[in-house]
Amino acid sequence: MQPKPFQESRIIESKVLQNSIILDDVGKVFPNGKEVLRDVSFVVNPGEFVSLVGPSGCGKSTLLRIVSGLLEPTFGTVESHSEHIGYVFQDPTLLPWRTVAQNVRLFTELHGIEARERQALTADAIQLVGLSGFEHYYPKTLSGGMKMRVSLARTLTLKPPVLLFDEPFGAVDEVLRDRLNEETQSLFLSEGFAGLFVTHSITEAVFMSSKVHVMSASPGAIIASFDIPFEYPREHGLRFSSEFVSLSKSVSQVLRAS
Amino acid sequence: MTAQVDQLADKERLIDFKQLSRGRRLARLTLPPLVFGVCFLIVWYAIAYLVLDEKRRFLLSPLHEVLQVGFFDWDNFSRILKGLWWTGRVSLMGLLISIVIGCLLAMAMSQSKLVERAVFPYMVTLQAIPILAMVPLIGFWWGYGQFSRVIVCVVISLFPIVVNTLLGLQSAEPEMHDMFTLHNAGRLTRLQKLMFPAALPAMFAGFRISAGLSVVGAIVGDFFFGQGPAGLGQLLRRYVNNVQGEELLATIIVSSILGIVVFWSFGLLRKIVIGKWYEAA
Repeated sequence: MQPKPFQESRIIESKVLQNSIILDDVGKVFPNGKEVLRDVSFVVNPGEFVSLVGPSGCGKSTLLRIVSGLLEPTFGTVESHSEHIGYVFQDPTLLPWRTVAQNVRLFTELHGIEARERQALTADAIQLVGLSGFEHYYPKTLSGGMKMRVSLARTLTLKPPVLLFDEPFGAVDEVLRDRLNEETQSLFLSEGFAGLFVTHSITEAVFMSSKVHVMSASPGAIIASFDIPFEYPREHGLRFSSEFVSLSKSVSQVLRAS
Repeated sequence: MTAQVDQLADKERLIDFKQLSRGRRLARLTLPPLVFGVCFLIVWYAIAYLVLDEKRRFLLSPLHEVLQVGFFDWDNFSRILKGLWWTGRVSLMGLLISIVIGCLLAMAMSQSKLVERAVFPYMVTLQAIPILAMVPLIGFWWGYGQFSRVIVCVVISLFPIVVNTLLGLQSAEPEMHDMFTLHNAGRLTRLQKLMFPAALPAMFAGFRISAGLSVVGAIVGDFFFGQGPAGLGQLLRRYVNNVQGEELLATIIVSSILGIVVFWSFGLLRKIVIGKWYEAA
Protein backbone atom coordinates (compact mmCIF):
# COMPACT_ATOMS: atom_id res chain seq x y z
CA MET A 1 0.00 0.00 0.00
CA GLN A 2 1.14 3.52 -0.75
CA PRO A 3 0.34 5.99 2.02
CA LYS A 4 -1.61 8.94 0.74
CA PRO A 5 0.71 11.88 0.02
CA PHE A 6 -1.25 14.10 2.37
CA GLN A 7 -0.75 11.79 5.33
CA GLU A 8 2.87 11.16 4.48
CA SER A 9 3.66 14.83 4.56
CA ARG A 10 1.85 15.13 7.86
CA ILE A 11 4.02 12.41 9.35
CA ILE A 12 7.25 13.95 8.12
CA GLU A 13 6.22 17.34 9.43
CA SER A 14 5.27 15.99 12.83
CA LYS A 15 8.50 13.99 12.93
CA VAL A 16 10.54 17.13 12.65
CA LEU A 17 8.48 19.31 14.93
CA GLN A 18 7.13 17.32 17.83
CA ASN A 19 7.45 13.64 17.97
CA SER A 20 10.03 13.03 20.67
CA ILE A 21 9.76 11.76 24.20
CA ILE A 22 12.03 12.97 26.96
CA LEU A 23 12.14 11.25 30.34
CA ASP A 24 13.92 13.17 33.05
CA ASP A 25 14.79 11.40 36.33
CA VAL A 26 11.53 9.51 36.40
CA GLY A 27 10.84 7.62 39.61
CA LYS A 28 7.81 5.69 40.75
CA VAL A 29 6.83 4.59 44.23
CA PHE A 30 3.61 2.64 44.55
CA PRO A 31 1.16 3.49 47.34
CA ASN A 32 2.31 0.38 49.24
CA GLY A 33 5.76 1.95 49.48
CA LYS A 34 7.47 -0.24 46.88
CA GLU A 35 9.92 1.67 44.74
CA VAL A 36 9.68 0.32 41.19
CA LEU A 37 11.59 2.95 39.20
CA ARG A 38 14.47 5.23 40.11
CA ASP A 39 16.05 8.09 38.15
CA VAL A 40 15.17 6.86 34.69
CA SER A 41 16.25 9.31 32.00
CA PHE A 42 16.36 8.81 28.26
CA VAL A 43 15.13 10.27 25.00
CA VAL A 44 13.27 8.74 22.11
CA ASN A 45 13.94 10.88 19.05
CA PRO A 46 11.93 10.89 15.85
CA GLY A 47 12.88 7.97 13.67
CA GLU A 48 14.49 6.09 16.54
CA PHE A 49 13.62 2.63 17.74
CA VAL A 50 14.59 2.30 21.39
CA SER A 51 14.40 -0.90 23.41
CA LEU A 52 14.33 -1.46 27.15
CA VAL A 53 15.70 -4.86 28.19
CA GLY A 54 15.57 -6.12 31.72
CA PRO A 55 14.58 -8.99 33.96
CA SER A 56 10.93 -9.61 34.76
CA GLY A 57 9.62 -7.24 37.38
CA CYS A 58 12.13 -4.46 36.68
CA GLY A 59 9.34 -1.96 36.07
CA LYS A 60 9.54 -1.91 32.28
CA SER A 61 5.77 -2.11 31.90
CA THR A 62 5.25 0.50 34.60
CA LEU A 63 7.58 2.77 32.69
CA LEU A 64 5.52 2.37 29.51
CA ARG A 65 2.34 3.11 31.43
CA ILE A 66 3.93 6.30 32.69
CA VAL A 67 5.05 7.33 29.19
CA SER A 68 1.56 6.67 27.83
CA GLY A 69 -0.07 8.74 30.56
CA LEU A 70 -1.92 5.83 32.20
CA LEU A 71 0.18 6.39 35.33
CA GLU A 72 1.66 9.51 36.90
CA PRO A 73 5.34 9.43 37.83
CA THR A 74 6.09 10.04 41.52
CA PHE A 75 9.29 11.93 40.69
CA GLY A 76 10.66 13.50 37.55
CA THR A 77 8.93 14.46 34.35
CA VAL A 78 7.88 12.93 31.07
CA GLU A 79 7.85 15.38 28.21
CA SER A 80 6.03 14.20 25.19
CA HIS A 81 5.70 16.28 22.08
CA SER A 82 3.26 13.96 20.43
CA GLU A 83 -0.45 14.44 20.08
CA HIS A 84 -1.08 10.74 20.17
CA ILE A 85 0.95 7.79 21.42
CA GLY A 86 0.14 4.31 20.20
CA TYR A 87 0.26 1.44 22.69
CA VAL A 88 0.64 -2.20 21.72
CA PHE A 89 -0.20 -4.36 24.71
CA GLN A 90 1.36 -7.62 25.80
CA ASP A 91 -1.83 -9.46 24.89
CA PRO A 92 -3.53 -8.66 21.62
CA THR A 93 -6.54 -7.36 23.66
CA LEU A 94 -8.94 -7.92 20.78
CA LEU A 95 -12.63 -7.63 21.53
CA PRO A 96 -13.89 -11.18 20.88
CA TRP A 97 -17.33 -10.00 19.72
CA ARG A 98 -15.84 -7.94 16.92
CA THR A 99 -14.50 -9.21 13.62
CA VAL A 100 -10.98 -8.36 12.46
CA ALA A 101 -12.22 -5.30 10.57
CA GLN A 102 -14.41 -4.16 13.47
CA ASN A 103 -11.50 -4.56 15.89
CA VAL A 104 -9.13 -2.61 13.68
CA ARG A 105 -11.76 0.10 13.40
CA LEU A 106 -12.22 0.50 17.17
CA PHE A 107 -9.79 3.34 17.86
CA THR A 108 -11.02 5.40 14.92
CA GLU A 109 -14.53 4.99 16.38
CA LEU A 110 -13.39 6.08 19.83
CA HIS A 111 -11.80 9.17 18.31
CA GLY A 112 -14.96 10.05 16.44
CA ILE A 113 -13.42 9.86 12.99
CA GLU A 114 -16.03 10.16 10.29
CA ALA A 115 -17.31 6.92 8.78
CA ARG A 116 -15.85 7.16 5.30
CA GLU A 117 -12.36 8.07 6.47
CA ARG A 118 -12.64 5.40 9.15
CA GLN A 119 -13.26 2.78 6.52
CA ALA A 120 -10.29 3.88 4.45
CA LEU A 121 -7.95 3.93 7.46
CA THR A 122 -9.17 0.48 8.52
CA ALA A 123 -8.70 -1.05 5.10
CA ASP A 124 -5.22 0.47 4.75
CA ALA A 125 -4.11 -0.80 8.15
CA ILE A 126 -5.42 -4.31 7.48
CA GLN A 127 -3.50 -4.40 4.23
CA LEU A 128 -0.35 -3.10 5.93
CA VAL A 129 -0.20 -6.08 8.29
CA GLY A 130 -1.11 -8.54 5.54
CA LEU A 131 -4.53 -9.57 6.79
CA SER A 132 -6.57 -8.75 3.69
CA GLY A 133 -9.18 -11.44 3.21
CA PHE A 134 -9.55 -12.02 6.96
CA GLU A 135 -11.71 -8.94 7.61
CA HIS A 136 -14.75 -10.94 8.67
CA TYR A 137 -13.03 -13.50 10.87
CA TYR A 138 -13.67 -13.50 14.61
CA PRO A 139 -10.64 -13.51 16.93
CA LYS A 140 -11.38 -17.02 18.20
CA THR A 141 -10.56 -18.38 14.74
CA LEU A 142 -7.19 -16.58 14.46
CA SER A 143 -3.72 -17.81 15.43
CA GLY A 144 -1.65 -15.95 18.03
CA GLY A 145 0.47 -14.27 15.36
CA MET A 146 -2.57 -13.10 13.43
CA LYS A 147 -4.14 -11.67 16.57
CA MET A 148 -0.96 -9.70 17.21
CA ARG A 149 -1.12 -8.36 13.64
CA VAL A 150 -4.70 -7.23 14.21
CA SER A 151 -3.61 -5.46 17.37
CA LEU A 152 -0.82 -3.71 15.44
CA ALA A 153 -3.16 -2.73 12.63
CA ARG A 154 -5.62 -1.27 15.13
CA THR A 155 -2.89 0.96 16.54
CA LEU A 156 -1.67 1.97 13.08
CA THR A 157 -5.08 3.29 11.99
CA LEU A 158 -4.43 6.47 13.98
CA LYS A 159 -0.95 6.90 12.43
CA PRO A 160 0.70 7.54 15.79
CA PRO A 161 4.07 9.31 15.59
CA VAL A 162 5.24 7.28 18.60
CA LEU A 163 4.46 3.62 19.31
CA LEU A 164 4.97 1.89 22.64
CA PHE A 165 5.35 -1.90 22.64
CA ASP A 166 4.89 -3.85 25.87
CA GLU A 167 6.53 -7.23 25.18
CA PRO A 168 4.08 -7.86 22.37
CA PHE A 169 5.81 -10.99 21.06
CA GLY A 170 6.61 -12.58 24.41
CA ALA A 171 4.06 -15.36 24.05
CA VAL A 172 4.80 -16.59 20.51
CA ASP A 173 7.34 -19.18 19.38
CA GLU A 174 10.78 -18.12 18.22
CA VAL A 175 10.30 -18.53 14.47
CA LEU A 176 7.12 -16.51 14.52
CA ARG A 177 8.69 -13.93 16.79
CA ASP A 178 11.56 -13.42 14.32
CA ARG A 179 9.08 -12.94 11.53
CA LEU A 180 6.94 -10.52 13.53
CA ASN A 181 10.12 -8.61 14.41
CA GLU A 182 10.93 -8.24 10.74
CA GLU A 183 7.38 -7.19 9.89
CA THR A 184 7.29 -4.64 12.69
CA GLN A 185 10.60 -3.29 11.50
CA SER A 186 9.36 -2.80 7.97
CA LEU A 187 6.29 -1.01 9.35
CA PHE A 188 8.63 1.17 11.42
CA LEU A 189 10.48 2.06 8.24
CA SER A 190 7.44 2.58 6.01
CA GLU A 191 5.21 4.37 8.53
CA GLY A 192 7.92 6.45 10.12
CA PHE A 193 6.88 6.16 13.76
CA ALA A 194 9.36 6.23 16.60
CA GLY A 195 9.34 3.08 18.72
CA LEU A 196 9.79 2.37 22.41
CA PHE A 197 9.97 -1.37 22.80
CA VAL A 198 9.99 -3.33 26.04
CA THR A 199 11.23 -6.92 26.00
CA HIS A 200 13.31 -9.44 27.90
CA SER A 201 14.75 -10.95 24.73
CA ILE A 202 18.22 -9.56 23.97
CA THR A 203 18.18 -10.78 20.36
CA GLU A 204 14.86 -9.09 19.74
CA ALA A 205 16.06 -5.83 21.28
CA VAL A 206 19.32 -5.72 19.34
CA PHE A 207 17.69 -6.71 16.07
CA MET A 208 14.94 -4.10 16.23
CA SER A 209 16.60 -1.13 17.82
CA SER A 210 18.83 1.79 17.12
CA LYS A 211 19.42 2.05 20.85
CA VAL A 212 19.12 -0.48 23.71
CA HIS A 213 18.86 0.47 27.37
CA VAL A 214 19.53 -2.26 29.92
CA MET A 215 17.58 -2.11 33.16
CA SER A 216 18.21 -3.66 36.56
CA ALA A 217 15.47 -4.78 38.89
CA SER A 218 14.07 -3.38 42.16
CA PRO A 219 14.13 -0.53 41.79
CA GLY A 220 14.18 -0.41 38.00
CA ALA A 221 16.99 1.78 36.72
CA ILE A 222 18.98 2.07 33.52
CA ILE A 223 22.44 0.58 34.07
CA ALA A 224 23.85 0.65 30.54
CA SER A 225 22.99 1.90 27.07
CA PHE A 226 24.14 0.56 23.71
CA ASP A 227 24.01 2.19 20.28
CA ILE A 228 23.19 -0.40 17.66
CA PRO A 229 25.00 0.62 14.49
CA PHE A 230 23.47 -1.74 11.91
CA GLU A 231 21.82 -0.16 8.86
CA TYR A 232 18.07 -0.48 8.36
CA PRO A 233 16.44 -2.46 6.85
CA ARG A 234 17.99 -5.39 8.66
CA GLU A 235 17.86 -8.84 7.14
CA HIS A 236 17.04 -12.07 8.92
CA GLY A 237 20.66 -13.26 8.54
CA LEU A 238 22.01 -10.33 10.55
CA ARG A 239 21.18 -12.22 13.72
CA PHE A 240 23.99 -14.69 12.95
CA SER A 241 26.71 -12.20 12.00
CA SER A 242 29.68 -11.95 14.36
CA GLU A 243 29.10 -8.23 15.08
CA PHE A 244 25.51 -8.96 16.07
CA VAL A 245 26.52 -11.86 18.28
CA SER A 246 29.26 -9.95 20.05
CA LEU A 247 26.97 -6.97 20.64
CA SER A 248 24.30 -9.28 22.05
CA LYS A 249 26.96 -10.81 24.26
CA SER A 250 27.92 -7.44 25.75
CA VAL A 251 24.28 -6.65 26.46
CA SER A 252 23.87 -10.06 28.03
CA GLN A 253 26.93 -9.58 30.25
CA VAL A 254 25.59 -6.30 31.64
CA LEU A 255 22.22 -7.89 32.21
CA ARG A 256 23.71 -10.85 34.05
CA ALA A 257 25.93 -8.69 36.20
CA SER A 258 22.99 -6.68 37.48
CA MET B 1 -1.14 -21.55 -3.69
CA THR B 2 -0.04 -25.14 -3.11
CA ALA B 3 -0.49 -24.62 0.58
CA GLN B 4 -4.10 -23.66 -0.08
CA VAL B 5 -4.71 -26.75 -2.17
CA ASP B 6 -3.17 -28.86 0.58
CA GLN B 7 -5.48 -27.26 3.11
CA LEU B 8 -8.48 -27.99 0.93
CA ALA B 9 -7.48 -31.62 0.59
CA ASP B 10 -7.08 -31.83 4.35
CA LYS B 11 -10.54 -30.41 4.81
CA GLU B 12 -12.03 -32.96 2.44
CA ARG B 13 -10.35 -35.82 4.21
CA LEU B 14 -11.76 -34.50 7.45
CA ILE B 15 -15.28 -34.38 6.06
CA ASP B 16 -14.83 -37.91 4.67
CA PHE B 17 -13.77 -39.17 8.04
CA LYS B 18 -16.72 -37.43 9.64
CA GLN B 19 -19.21 -39.01 7.24
CA LEU B 20 -17.79 -42.48 7.64
CA SER B 21 -18.12 -42.43 11.37
CA ARG B 22 -21.35 -40.49 11.56
CA GLY B 23 -23.46 -43.58 12.17
CA ARG B 24 -21.19 -44.77 14.92
CA ARG B 25 -20.96 -41.35 16.49
CA LEU B 26 -24.73 -41.03 16.45
CA ALA B 27 -25.05 -44.41 18.12
CA ARG B 28 -22.48 -43.47 20.72
CA LEU B 29 -24.37 -40.28 21.42
CA THR B 30 -27.93 -41.63 21.54
CA LEU B 31 -27.60 -45.21 22.69
CA PRO B 32 -26.65 -44.68 26.36
CA PRO B 33 -29.52 -42.30 27.18
CA LEU B 34 -31.90 -44.52 25.21
CA VAL B 35 -30.88 -47.59 27.19
CA PHE B 36 -31.19 -45.66 30.43
CA GLY B 37 -34.63 -44.42 29.40
CA VAL B 38 -35.81 -47.94 28.71
CA CYS B 39 -34.48 -49.09 32.07
CA PHE B 40 -36.39 -46.25 33.71
CA LEU B 41 -39.61 -47.36 32.02
CA ILE B 42 -39.02 -50.98 33.04
CA VAL B 43 -38.62 -49.93 36.68
CA TRP B 44 -41.75 -47.76 36.38
CA TYR B 45 -43.85 -50.64 35.08
CA ALA B 46 -42.29 -53.09 37.53
CA ILE B 47 -43.34 -50.88 40.43
CA ALA B 48 -46.82 -50.31 38.97
CA TYR B 49 -47.57 -53.98 38.32
CA LEU B 50 -45.29 -55.98 40.65
CA VAL B 51 -44.83 -53.82 43.75
CA LEU B 52 -48.23 -52.14 43.93
CA ASP B 53 -51.37 -54.23 44.08
CA GLU B 54 -54.43 -53.11 42.18
CA LYS B 55 -55.89 -51.08 45.05
CA ARG B 56 -52.74 -49.05 45.43
CA ARG B 57 -51.86 -48.72 41.75
CA PHE B 58 -53.18 -45.11 41.70
CA LEU B 59 -49.92 -44.12 43.46
CA LEU B 60 -47.99 -44.82 40.28
CA SER B 61 -50.11 -45.48 37.23
CA PRO B 62 -48.33 -47.04 34.26
CA LEU B 63 -47.33 -44.64 31.50
CA HIS B 64 -49.92 -45.73 28.92
CA GLU B 65 -52.73 -44.99 31.37
CA VAL B 66 -51.24 -41.60 32.15
CA LEU B 67 -51.17 -40.84 28.43
CA GLN B 68 -54.70 -42.14 27.94
CA VAL B 69 -56.28 -40.19 30.79
CA GLY B 70 -54.10 -37.09 30.84
CA PHE B 71 -53.35 -36.51 27.18
CA PHE B 72 -55.88 -38.33 24.99
CA ASP B 73 -58.92 -37.34 27.02
CA TRP B 74 -59.58 -33.86 25.61
CA ASP B 75 -61.47 -32.65 28.72
CA ASN B 76 -58.49 -33.36 30.94
CA PHE B 77 -55.87 -32.36 28.43
CA SER B 78 -57.50 -29.01 27.62
CA ARG B 79 -57.65 -28.26 31.34
CA ILE B 80 -53.93 -28.98 31.66
CA LEU B 81 -53.19 -26.91 28.56
CA LYS B 82 -55.09 -23.97 30.05
CA GLY B 83 -53.08 -24.37 33.24
CA LEU B 84 -49.94 -24.38 31.12
CA TRP B 85 -51.08 -21.15 29.44
CA TRP B 86 -51.65 -19.32 32.75
CA THR B 87 -48.49 -20.59 34.38
CA GLY B 88 -46.39 -19.97 31.28
CA ARG B 89 -47.69 -16.41 31.03
CA VAL B 90 -46.96 -15.63 34.66
CA SER B 91 -43.47 -17.07 34.56
CA LEU B 92 -42.61 -15.26 31.34
CA MET B 93 -43.85 -11.95 32.69
CA GLY B 94 -41.96 -12.46 35.94
CA LEU B 95 -38.82 -13.37 34.04
CA LEU B 96 -38.98 -10.32 31.77
CA ILE B 97 -39.48 -8.01 34.75
CA SER B 98 -36.56 -9.70 36.52
CA ILE B 99 -34.35 -9.25 33.47
CA VAL B 100 -35.15 -5.54 33.22
CA ILE B 101 -34.76 -4.82 36.95
CA GLY B 102 -31.77 -7.13 37.33
CA CYS B 103 -29.83 -5.66 34.43
CA LEU B 104 -30.53 -2.07 35.49
CA LEU B 105 -29.49 -2.84 39.06
CA ALA B 106 -26.32 -4.57 37.93
CA MET B 107 -25.50 -1.68 35.63
CA ALA B 108 -25.95 0.83 38.45
CA MET B 109 -23.70 -1.30 40.64
CA SER B 110 -21.06 -1.51 37.91
CA GLN B 111 -21.06 2.26 37.49
CA SER B 112 -20.74 3.17 41.13
CA LYS B 113 -18.61 1.34 43.68
CA LEU B 114 -20.72 3.04 46.37
CA VAL B 115 -23.95 1.51 45.07
CA GLU B 116 -22.24 -1.86 44.72
CA ARG B 117 -20.91 -1.78 48.25
CA ALA B 118 -24.32 -0.72 49.56
CA VAL B 119 -26.43 -3.26 47.69
CA PHE B 120 -24.22 -6.31 47.15
CA PRO B 121 -24.23 -7.64 50.75
CA TYR B 122 -28.02 -7.64 50.66
CA MET B 123 -28.01 -9.47 47.36
CA VAL B 124 -25.87 -12.18 48.92
CA THR B 125 -28.08 -12.31 52.01
CA LEU B 126 -31.23 -12.45 49.87
CA GLN B 127 -29.89 -15.59 48.28
CA ALA B 128 -29.68 -17.23 51.67
CA ILE B 129 -33.32 -16.47 52.53
CA PRO B 130 -35.61 -19.35 51.60
CA ILE B 131 -37.72 -17.46 49.09
CA LEU B 132 -40.65 -19.82 49.57
CA ALA B 133 -41.03 -18.42 53.08
CA MET B 134 -41.84 -15.06 51.48
CA VAL B 135 -44.73 -16.42 49.41
CA PRO B 136 -47.38 -16.04 52.14
CA LEU B 137 -46.21 -12.49 52.82
CA ILE B 138 -46.51 -11.61 49.15
CA GLY B 139 -50.09 -12.92 49.15
CA PHE B 140 -50.76 -11.04 52.38
CA TRP B 141 -49.65 -7.77 50.81
CA TRP B 142 -50.86 -7.98 47.24
CA GLY B 143 -53.68 -10.50 47.35
CA TYR B 144 -53.92 -13.87 45.68
CA GLY B 145 -54.23 -12.74 42.06
CA GLN B 146 -52.00 -12.94 39.01
CA PHE B 147 -50.01 -9.90 40.13
CA SER B 148 -48.79 -11.65 43.27
CA ARG B 149 -47.81 -14.70 41.26
CA VAL B 150 -45.66 -12.50 39.04
CA ILE B 151 -44.06 -10.98 42.14
CA VAL B 152 -43.16 -14.45 43.39
CA CYS B 153 -41.46 -15.15 40.06
CA VAL B 154 -39.53 -11.88 40.22
CA VAL B 155 -38.36 -12.43 43.79
CA ILE B 156 -37.20 -15.94 43.03
CA SER B 157 -35.46 -15.21 39.72
CA LEU B 158 -33.94 -11.76 40.29
CA PHE B 159 -30.78 -12.73 42.13
CA PRO B 160 -28.99 -14.87 39.52
CA ILE B 161 -29.56 -12.16 36.93
CA VAL B 162 -28.12 -9.39 39.09
CA VAL B 163 -25.06 -11.39 40.14
CA ASN B 164 -24.29 -12.82 36.71
CA THR B 165 -24.77 -9.50 34.95
CA LEU B 166 -22.60 -7.69 37.47
CA LEU B 167 -19.82 -10.28 37.21
CA GLY B 168 -20.13 -10.10 33.44
CA LEU B 169 -19.87 -6.31 33.39
CA GLN B 170 -16.76 -6.58 35.52
CA SER B 171 -15.23 -9.34 33.41
CA ALA B 172 -13.42 -7.19 30.83
CA GLU B 173 -9.66 -7.41 31.40
CA PRO B 174 -7.83 -4.43 32.96
CA GLU B 175 -5.72 -4.09 29.80
CA MET B 176 -8.87 -3.58 27.76
CA HIS B 177 -9.98 -0.86 30.16
CA ASP B 178 -6.53 0.73 29.82
CA MET B 179 -6.99 0.66 26.08
CA PHE B 180 -10.29 2.52 26.36
CA THR B 181 -8.76 4.97 28.84
CA LEU B 182 -5.89 5.71 26.44
CA HIS B 183 -8.41 6.67 23.80
CA ASN B 184 -10.42 8.92 26.12
CA ALA B 185 -13.53 6.75 26.11
CA GLY B 186 -16.32 8.13 28.28
CA ARG B 187 -18.44 6.12 30.71
CA LEU B 188 -21.21 5.45 28.23
CA THR B 189 -18.87 4.44 25.40
CA ARG B 190 -17.02 2.12 27.76
CA LEU B 191 -20.27 0.55 28.92
CA GLN B 192 -21.64 0.20 25.41
CA LYS B 193 -18.54 -0.95 23.55
CA LEU B 194 -16.67 -2.89 26.23
CA MET B 195 -18.50 -3.82 29.41
CA PHE B 196 -21.90 -4.72 28.01
CA PRO B 197 -20.75 -7.00 25.18
CA ALA B 198 -18.23 -8.60 27.56
CA ALA B 199 -21.09 -9.30 29.97
CA LEU B 200 -23.32 -11.10 27.47
CA PRO B 201 -22.08 -14.68 28.05
CA ALA B 202 -22.51 -14.37 31.82
CA MET B 203 -25.87 -12.64 31.37
CA PHE B 204 -27.20 -15.49 29.28
CA ALA B 205 -26.01 -17.98 31.88
CA GLY B 206 -27.98 -15.97 34.45
CA PHE B 207 -31.08 -15.73 32.26
CA ARG B 208 -31.15 -19.47 31.79
CA ILE B 209 -30.96 -20.21 35.50
CA SER B 210 -33.59 -17.58 36.22
CA ALA B 211 -35.92 -18.87 33.52
CA GLY B 212 -36.04 -22.22 35.30
CA LEU B 213 -36.56 -20.54 38.66
CA SER B 214 -39.33 -18.37 37.27
CA VAL B 215 -41.27 -21.46 36.18
CA VAL B 216 -40.84 -22.84 39.69
CA GLY B 217 -42.05 -19.52 41.11
CA ALA B 218 -45.16 -19.48 38.91
CA ILE B 219 -46.14 -23.02 39.90
CA VAL B 220 -45.43 -22.45 43.61
CA GLY B 221 -47.37 -19.18 43.63
CA ASP B 222 -50.33 -20.75 41.89
CA PHE B 223 -50.18 -23.80 44.16
CA PHE B 224 -50.07 -21.68 47.29
CA PHE B 225 -52.55 -18.92 46.39
CA GLY B 226 -55.03 -21.36 44.86
CA GLN B 227 -57.44 -18.76 43.47
CA GLY B 228 -58.31 -17.36 40.08
CA PRO B 229 -57.86 -19.22 36.78
CA ALA B 230 -56.28 -22.59 37.46
CA GLY B 231 -52.59 -22.80 36.54
CA LEU B 232 -50.44 -25.90 36.82
CA GLY B 233 -49.95 -25.35 40.57
CA GLN B 234 -53.67 -25.44 41.32
CA LEU B 235 -54.13 -28.47 39.11
CA LEU B 236 -51.36 -30.33 40.95
CA ARG B 237 -53.05 -29.62 44.25
CA ARG B 238 -56.50 -30.54 42.96
CA TYR B 239 -55.32 -33.85 41.50
CA VAL B 240 -53.56 -34.77 44.72
CA ASN B 241 -56.66 -33.95 46.77
CA ASN B 242 -58.91 -35.92 44.42
CA VAL B 243 -56.48 -38.84 44.18
CA GLN B 244 -56.34 -38.50 40.39
CA GLY B 245 -52.95 -40.17 39.90
CA GLU B 246 -52.98 -40.23 36.10
CA GLU B 247 -53.88 -36.54 35.77
CA LEU B 248 -51.32 -35.67 38.44
CA LEU B 249 -48.51 -37.39 36.54
CA ALA B 250 -49.66 -35.84 33.25
CA THR B 251 -49.52 -32.38 34.84
CA ILE B 252 -46.05 -33.09 36.18
CA ILE B 253 -44.93 -34.17 32.70
CA VAL B 254 -46.34 -30.97 31.18
CA SER B 255 -44.65 -28.85 33.88
CA SER B 256 -41.36 -30.57 33.12
CA ILE B 257 -41.79 -29.93 29.42
CA LEU B 258 -42.42 -26.25 30.16
CA GLY B 259 -39.21 -26.07 32.19
CA ILE B 260 -37.22 -27.88 29.51
CA VAL B 261 -38.58 -25.72 26.69
CA VAL B 262 -37.79 -22.50 28.59
CA PHE B 263 -34.26 -23.68 29.42
CA TRP B 264 -33.69 -24.85 25.86
CA SER B 265 -35.00 -21.68 24.23
CA PHE B 266 -32.64 -19.56 26.28
CA GLY B 267 -29.82 -21.80 25.16
CA LEU B 268 -30.90 -21.24 21.58
CA LEU B 269 -31.23 -17.48 22.05
CA ARG B 270 -27.74 -17.40 23.51
CA LYS B 271 -26.38 -19.34 20.58
CA ILE B 272 -28.01 -16.92 18.14
CA VAL B 273 -26.75 -13.80 19.91
CA ILE B 274 -23.21 -14.74 20.93
CA GLY B 275 -22.52 -18.13 19.34
CA LYS B 276 -20.61 -16.56 16.46
CA TRP B 277 -17.85 -15.13 18.58
CA TYR B 278 -18.03 -16.71 22.01
CA GLU B 279 -15.78 -19.60 22.82
CA ALA B 280 -16.82 -21.43 25.97
CA ALA B 281 -13.76 -21.88 28.13
